[in-house]
Amino acid sequence: MIETKNLRFSYNGMEVLKGVDFKGEKGEFIGILGPNGAGKTTFLRCLAGILDCRGVFVRGKPLNEYSPRDLARIVAYVPQRVEPSFLTVFDTVLLGRRPYMGLTPSDSDIKTVEEALKRLGIEHLSLKRTNEISGGELQKVSIARALAQEPQILLMDEPTNNLDLRSQLEVMRLARELANDGKTVVTVMHDVNLALRFAKRFLFMKDGKKMADGGLEVLNERLFEEVYGVKVEIGEIGGVLVVVPI
Amino acid sequence: MPMDYEAYTRRKAFIGLILFLSLLVVSLFSLSSGPYHVPLREVLGILFGGGTKDDRLVVLSIRLPRIVAGILVGASMGIAGAVLQGYLRNPLATPFTMGVSNGSMFGASLAIILGAGYSLNSGQVFLNNPYAVVLFAFLGAISATLVILALARLRGLSPEAIVLAGVAMSSLYVALTTLVQYFANEVQLSAMIYWSFGNLARATWRENAIMGVSFILVFFYFILKRWDLNASTLGDDIAKSVGVNIERERLVGTLLSAFITSVTVAFVGVIGFIGLIAPHSMRLIAGGDYRSLIPLSALAGALLLVSADTMARLIVSPMNLPVGVITSFLGAPTFIYLLVKMEGRR
Repeated sequence: MIETKNLRFSYNGMEVLKGVDFKGEKGEFIGILGPNGAGKTTFLRCLAGILDCRGVFVRGKPLNEYSPRDLARIVAYVPQRVEPSFLTVFDTVLLGRRPYMGLTPSDSDIKTVEEALKRLGIEHLSLKRTNEISGGELQKVSIARALAQEPQILLMDEPTNNLDLRSQLEVMRLARELANDGKTVVTVMHDVNLALRFAKRFLFMKDGKKMADGGLEVLNERLFEEVYGVKVEIGEIGGVLVVVPI
Repeated sequence: MPMDYEAYTRRKAFIGLILFLSLLVVSLFSLSSGPYHVPLREVLGILFGGGTKDDRLVVLSIRLPRIVAGILVGASMGIAGAVLQGYLRNPLATPFTMGVSNGSMFGASLAIILGAGYSLNSGQVFLNNPYAVVLFAFLGAISATLVILALARLRGLSPEAIVLAGVAMSSLYVALTTLVQYFANEVQLSAMIYWSFGNLARATWRENAIMGVSFILVFFYFILKRWDLNASTLGDDIAKSVGVNIERERLVGTLLSAFITSVTVAFVGVIGFIGLIAPHSMRLIAGGDYRSLIPLSALAGALLLVSADTMARLIVSPMNLPVGVITSFLGAPTFIYLLVKMEGRR
């Protein structure tokens, strides 16, 4: 579905990604983990086609050979931060239909937007402006917009940012459902425990390099110490795997 | 829910209708009032081909072109401000912050010192080569934006950097204007000052035709780009994610905004604040959706400028005040009021 081969990227001569190989398949839910400055966000922005990177392939074709509109029908990206604006929630989510519509949205566009709003439980905010709602609500609006894009690949940069405990779980469950529906979901996560609980596969990054890639079998205390520089203990509480720094 | 959304859309259409009717009423009032009063009923008659010769002269040849100029200039500044604020994500952005006003002042001053201006003994100032002044003012106005956009294209400037570059170019042109004025004689100097007062009476039908064509072309271009503008307000990453080539749209949008403003400034001089007040008041009343914001900003800009110009003609009648003074005088406090209201929304 989406693949990188020896992906490198530099900001002003500083190499942030030092050759990352990665492959995300249909139906996978992948959590990217790693310390600050590891290159996680840069990696995700390369996958989304926001940064001009060589070595990203979407459905076997180099990403930069897609037109922006065609790419937007396949890949949707939820950034860390969204600017609040004078647009209503509804019109913001409606932007997710831009890759599909002409000058005006069709009835089915409107319907898709309504469904996305409902899926995030924010339909009551429809006519509020995004500068009138809370940070967590805005984050949900941003995710709803990405859903309205009906992508095959959904990339989210810390989607649980700003969310309360309940909403965090809701969003992660939604991400898992989407993967079960056959989409490829890739999220950058800071909350290790949330990632362990919901994602199926983990990509550990540090200093622009891949440290580990795989399912629960790759997790061990040494990996966490190597990646985060913190001693941890991995255990189970109520049937849920948790990582506790010690 | 869809019912609500339709009601919301209808409300915006209603606001547009109110603005349009107000514009019509103010324009008719303006056609009828002045030192030479023409009753409203006669104005309507004249517009449909009747009236006495004198009345027709005053209404059709003097007042009407001026009102049409007010509509075109106000509408141009309204959409230029709305679009720049969207693409640069900065509530202060207008073509004037991109150096258009100071650039035009420099261009006009240069043309005047090179021999395009003189004044009569009566104290009235005339330009003996208005075309040269218009051309130089236009080139000066657009040049600052061209420099900034060239930089933006070569070095990939962020919206913030574009705004700051505009501030820098503006000060550069202020300095250049001062330099030109330093070497000007008093006759030329008075012509420069005279030019700097924005005045809609400079526009005749020919100027109106040029401004009208440039406005309509750019207006429809922006209407086509309304979704891209909406996307831009959410940040570049989201704009790109929904398939907008945001860097290119920002360059083209900024250039076209500067272009229509430069055309109007070259013909009628600098008239401030319309590009700030019209879009911001519409954002507060009707929201930030560019589908409605573009037409509403055009209507609001036209209404504001025609009203201000009518005031400028009537306040100390039979003398005309420069309309730029009125818009700045009323615009500055209004803008501060709008900013305070908008801050409350964050």
